[in-house]
Amino acid sequence: MPVGKDYSMSVSESELQATKPQPIADISVIRIEPSRSWLSVGLKELWAYRELLYFLVWRDVKVRYKQTVIGIGWTILQPLTTMVIFTMVFSNFAKIPSDGLPYPVFAYTALLPWNLFAGALNRCTISLVGSANLITKVYFPRLIVPASATISGIIDFAIAFVFLLVIMLWFHIVPTWGAIALPIFLFLTLITVLAVGLWLSALNVRYRDVGHAIPFLIQIWMFLSPVAYSVNLVPEKWRLLYSLNPMVGVIEGFRWALLGKESPDFKLIAVSTAVVVAILLGGLVYFKQIERTFADVV
Amino acid sequence: MSNIVIRVENLSKQYKIGAAKHRHDTLRDHLADSFKSLFRRDGRRSSVSDPEDTIWALKGVSFEVKHGEAMGFVGHNGAGKSTLLKILSRITEPTAGFAEIYGRVSSLLEVGTGFHAELTGRENIYLSGVILGMKKAEINRKFDEIVSFAEIEKFIDTPVKRYSSGMYVRLAFAVAAHLETEILLVDEVLAVGDVEFQKKCLGKMGEVAKQGRTVLFVSHSMATVLNLCSRAILLRSGRLMYDGPAESTIKNHLAYHSSKIAQAFDNNPERSGNGVVRLVSARILNEINQATSHLVAGRPASFEFRYKNTTRERRGTNILFTIYNQLGVAVSCFDFSLSYGLVEQLGSGGGFTCHIPNLPLPIGQYYIVIKLEVNGEEADFVPHALVFNVDNSNFFKSGQTPQLRFCTSLIQHTWTQEREPELEPSVTRAQ
Repeated sequence: MPVGKDYSMSVSESELQATKPQPIADISVIRIEPSRSWLSVGLKELWAYRELLYFLVWRDVKVRYKQTVIGIGWTILQPLTTMVIFTMVFSNFAKIPSDGLPYPVFAYTALLPWNLFAGALNRCTISLVGSANLITKVYFPRLIVPASATISGIIDFAIAFVFLLVIMLWFHIVPTWGAIALPIFLFLTLITVLAVGLWLSALNVRYRDVGHAIPFLIQIWMFLSPVAYSVNLVPEKWRLLYSLNPMVGVIEGFRWALLGKESPDFKLIAVSTAVVVAILLGGLVYFKQIERTFADVV
Repeated sequence: MSNIVIRVENLSKQYKIGAAKHRHDTLRDHLADSFKSLFRRDGRRSSVSDPEDTIWALKGVSFEVKHGEAMGFVGHNGAGKSTLLKILSRITEPTAGFAEIYGRVSSLLEVGTGFHAELTGRENIYLSGVILGMKKAEINRKFDEIVSFAEIEKFIDTPVKRYSSGMYVRLAFAVAAHLETEILLVDEVLAVGDVEFQKKCLGKMGEVAKQGRTVLFVSHSMATVLNLCSRAILLRSGRLMYDGPAESTIKNHLAYHSSKIAQAFDNNPERSGNGVVRLVSARILNEINQATSHLVAGRPASFEFRYKNTTRERRGTNILFTIYNQLGVAVSCFDFSLSYGLVEQLGSGGGFTCHIPNLPLPIGQYYIVIKLEVNGEEADFVPHALVFNVDNSNFFKSGQTPQLRFCTSLIQHTWTQEREPELEPSVTRAQ
């Protein structure tokens, strides 16, 4: 087994830091010491571990519906029942307007990103604690754990999305050119999950309260997002404050892209995006800072 | 200088321990504690840097490992062996000091890291392999080898939750054994599976070391360390006590037992038992009844134990002791009751002597553990009660005995040889 023979021992500390996250490279130097800098996210290292990310996502998806009777049917059944109930309660009883669209489509289009968000955020929050057996036994960039929990939601989303096309066909709605922008909003949903999930998953390692609070939090969050109702119902003067919720931009974007509802307030989407980026950066810093204690605390 | 693959300097790790009142497992506790600290004069949180609440699991450990070395770590529970491996695996971070590792590292701190019960054997090979640091292409290449090493060909597409525990462990080890990194950190994962498979695992680990890869190995089993490692480090209470050839490190580790012998019967914190009957002394006698700690294999020896009885109505007493060799392996147990039943009368004191006509122990160092039982309960238990050496042998004609790693005790035996006549030159030619 040829291991390089002349390692340069006169590498400066900054160079060591730079080469540190490269366990896959042929010759790598790993320096283990109490960490001082907490601002390096280690993108290079994440890239080196991309196969692990892929396999963790694959495992999540593979295992999720094992030993269930209707299996993958759950991915459709869930938004479908919610849609039916929403239609009954909000449209038939409460007579909430749906911007001139058939209410079921109106609701289902929002439930798509919402379910992706809620499911992924829930998994993301408990992901680190759930992977305690890995975290205490083997090294890898810990960011991969919440990241894989987030990404694994896409499969469910994709299946539920196909069903949306069926519903749209049923109501004779043709997707507009705006649908091209859909991946952007999908990406924004995932980034939102990751941004909030980084905070919550790291906090959950230390304080298990977070795990208990998350279903509750998600429920409240749903009512603060335009899932069952339209943004137009929110008074104009509260709009800006309202759009601090990143899911407002996402859901508006989905409705615009798919149903061709009047072009969305891009100001709202911009505010939502800015909020997400801020939470994400903060989350990354916090996560990296306490990442090194996970194995001792979890 | 150039062939050093691991350099550890002054590595220390501090843990906060116990002290339940300072643990912040729920947010409420944390908030309450932070709130309290507002009113404390120095305003610092009480849990930080309070020396009574912390423990140095590792303190100022330095060493270097050369390329291709097989290095063992020995020490008692809590000596810091596992903490050291965890730091080197980058699972946890040191509090002070640093370590540098040149090359790819993989760590095997348990069997079956990353296994998922719902997935099949095939799927788990990939999952676990990638988690341990293999590339998918690498696993593809080694897949068949892993499966045949684990001997589970037939069950490769069965979920591992249906596996027997033996199959599970075999598969898990097989994946780990096929890692190709230059540096392997291994923590006692070998102590699994049935005996046959253990042997296979040990063989594989030995192979790994011979291939010129660097192996760091933590184990309780002195015999395994001696088998696998050329060099070993002794840790005690987080400090490096000895660093040298495996054999001398193990001797050092066991010398620690001997240092405790002087106080085996007074103030021995490891001693336990209800104390209705107490041992007061133990000594070893040679064939001319002299007290000694040096014996000769193949010659008579006696072990004498004196006791004091504190009350009258004690019944059913038994005494037994076990001889351990310097690798910590139990050689044999000498149990009074197995030959003579329980003793009914003890008197106020007295002694038991165990006679061994021709000591069947290979040359080496030994220690004994004594236990006194009264009515089935442990009355006195003295670990490391005595240490003795077998220096010479009269057992075989040569005066030598096999090495300890191949032999725990000597058995009287004879050999015969039968010989067929030498081949005739003509016969050889005819063939």
